[in-house]
Amino acid sequence: MSYRFESVQQVRDGLKKVNYLADEGIAGIAFLADRLGKPVLVEGPAGTGKTQLAKSIAEMTGARLIRLQCYEGLDESKALYEWNYKKQLLRIQADKSSDAWEDIHDDIFGEDFLLTRPLLEAITAEEPVVLLIDEVDRVEVETEALLLEILSEYQVSIPEFGTIKAKQIPLVFLTSNNTRELSEALKRRCLFLHVDYPDMDREKQIVLTKVPGVTEHLADQIARIVRSIRQLDLKKAPSVSETLDWAATLVLLGIENVDAQQAKETLHILLKYQSDIAKAAKELSDDN
Amino acid sequence: MLDLLTGFITELRNAGLPVSLTENLDAMEAIQHIPIEDREAFKYALGATLVKNHAHWRSFETVFEVYFSLRGPQYQISENGDADDLWREMQEQMQQGEGRGAGGAMNSLTPEEMMQLLMQALRSGDQALMRALAKQAVNRFAGMEPGRPVGGTYYLYRTLRNLDLDSMLEKLMEASRQEVGGDLTSLEERLERDEHQSNIEKFKQEVEAEIRRRLVADRGAEAMAKTLRKPLPEDVEFMHASREEMAGLKKALQPLTRKLAAKLARKRRHARKGPLDFRNTVRHSLSYGGVPAEPKFKFPRPAKPELVVVADISGSVAAFARFTLMLVYAIQGQFSKVRSFVFIDGIDEVTEYFRATEDVSEAIARINTEADVIWVDGHSDYGHAFEVFWNKYGKDISSRTTVLLLGDARNNYHASQSWVVKEMKQKARHVYWLNPEPRSYWNTGDSIVGEYGSFTDGVYECRNLRQLESFVEKLA
Repeated sequence: MSYRFESVQQVRDGLKKVNYLADEGIAGIAFLADRLGKPVLVEGPAGTGKTQLAKSIAEMTGARLIRLQCYEGLDESKALYEWNYKKQLLRIQADKSSDAWEDIHDDIFGEDFLLTRPLLEAITAEEPVVLLIDEVDRVEVETEALLLEILSEYQVSIPEFGTIKAKQIPLVFLTSNNTRELSEALKRRCLFLHVDYPDMDREKQIVLTKVPGVTEHLADQIARIVRSIRQLDLKKAPSVSETLDWAATLVLLGIENVDAQQAKETLHILLKYQSDIAKAAKELSDDN
Repeated sequence: MLDLLTGFITELRNAGLPVSLTENLDAMEAIQHIPIEDREAFKYALGATLVKNHAHWRSFETVFEVYFSLRGPQYQISENGDADDLWREMQEQMQQGEGRGAGGAMNSLTPEEMMQLLMQALRSGDQALMRALAKQAVNRFAGMEPGRPVGGTYYLYRTLRNLDLDSMLEKLMEASRQEVGGDLTSLEERLERDEHQSNIEKFKQEVEAEIRRRLVADRGAEAMAKTLRKPLPEDVEFMHASREEMAGLKKALQPLTRKLAAKLARKRRHARKGPLDFRNTVRHSLSYGGVPAEPKFKFPRPAKPELVVVADISGSVAAFARFTLMLVYAIQGQFSKVRSFVFIDGIDEVTEYFRATEDVSEAIARINTEADVIWVDGHSDYGHAFEVFWNKYGKDISSRTTVLLLGDARNNYHASQSWVVKEMKQKARHVYWLNPEPRSYWNTGDSIVGEYGSFTDGVYECRNLRQLESFVEKLA
């Protein structure tokens, strides 16, 4: 079996080319996922680039991204497969005249009548794919079991039809916002990656690559202020995407050097709770 | 290598991390793809396969440092495990390392020069220089001797005391001010301070790591890991938590409340089905040609309980009361009403503090400073506090109310007035007592939890977050 990546460094460089700045952990685990053929469970606060990681890996390897958005009430007919019963009905009615029952009853449970859903689609694909199972913590514990077969064996068993094995092993990413504890069975099958807020230097680099027209000086200032704010005891610390929004705003306003006043006036882009905004504004203005 | 990894995993299990057999096998496979020389990548490879909960990451890191700190490229160790040999060898290697790091023999530096160098390293945030200096500082100040039975914290304290990092921060700030030639605006001042502080923190970690490395070389990984073993955040005892552990607990509390709220809401929604919803069933029967093939049921809407929390906030149990209040208020959406009272020997209602602000920790801070809880001498008097509570607020307790009494029931031999709890039990839906003390201490000395407990619906031991969580889950 051939591997997608040669080395950790290659993953890192590749991701950088598609404007995703990975740290040592992220690149290392993406590399391992390929080598071990295991899915990756990505966990961390909202807005730190968990979903973006899967997208960027897909872009980097030139694979098709198949996405399954999880929600409460997701079931197998939406995640795995469904029989196209309308087509089955038509097939039966079309053959009503002749008495070819023997032909039909096996026939209507054939591949022609199968509607593939994201998970089945990912393993039957001929070309390379990246499968993203987004916000897996939103489904009920019972529904998680649906994922287990595909995650460990890369196959789907359909009672009327048999077992469909993957033609090639896709890279699988599951993301979770950690609103509930995932089951042991699921965790055991995955590599675990915790994506946290980036450190200051990486955040600065992210701002520089993602926001057009931002100067080095401004990016540095932004990263420092955001780090300062994250240290406060807030309801919701600013995420990377909010940092980027803030940077874009400052660029649009033509600000080259943020002072306390300007920072205070644009805080509502960074923070989403009134109590947080008040607290941060207070901290930024009359410190010491 | 296999032996090392097996020892490592055994130690992880000893530290309380759940590592299954498959995860163990995964780790073995993973490290075949990653060279051990690449320390960071190696660490993440092990972490990704063995640790499936971010709260456990710190424990993992400590154990990893202990087991693998000597296996970096600079620290090749010969196979004979003689401690003295090791010690000498390490020092030689360290001197080579320093030569590269600082561009000169560091041993000959005067203390002033060394401080100068350290300041420079901290200002530029130069990691390699900081590491070299940390080694040097440990060499000079810690006074480590092989075989001496002293904990790492002692050496750390000695080293840091000699370096005097607090005044270093001020000096650094002064230097930044001079650099711009004049005063900094308050924003700049703040940012600079954060920058320096984080660099100093990094340096401290380097020193700590260095001390740990040497201790491991001296004593061996297993013995070292045992002394460093720390409880996981959910197992830290409220009553004996250090300041650092407290901060960790607070951090662990937030995701926990989110999880708890989601779980409770889900439980409420998916509880037993309600009675038949006739209108909805008929509506759906239309798609089956009028046959009610798919019965529909009403969603049950169980009443949310009303909660009254009465907490002892005297010295020893204050931390526990704070955590319970935080937890309760973080999920207050799950209750129709929450009222809270705090007492030492007097009692005061503090519900208002929580209503006035969104920020629970601010309300808790106000409790500590403003609540009027001292009646005579500021020693716990459960009896008096309960009596006053019953006279003033007893009429508000109804059959929908659940009362939580928090405390260790150490009454300083005052009158117990346990009739209050008895009457409370008759009026309220439930009365529970949460005790942060280990069960074996109950009813010893001046603790009379048994007397109060006999009138409640149950006394629960709540020594750590795990126990507190499982109780709250049961409650709502």
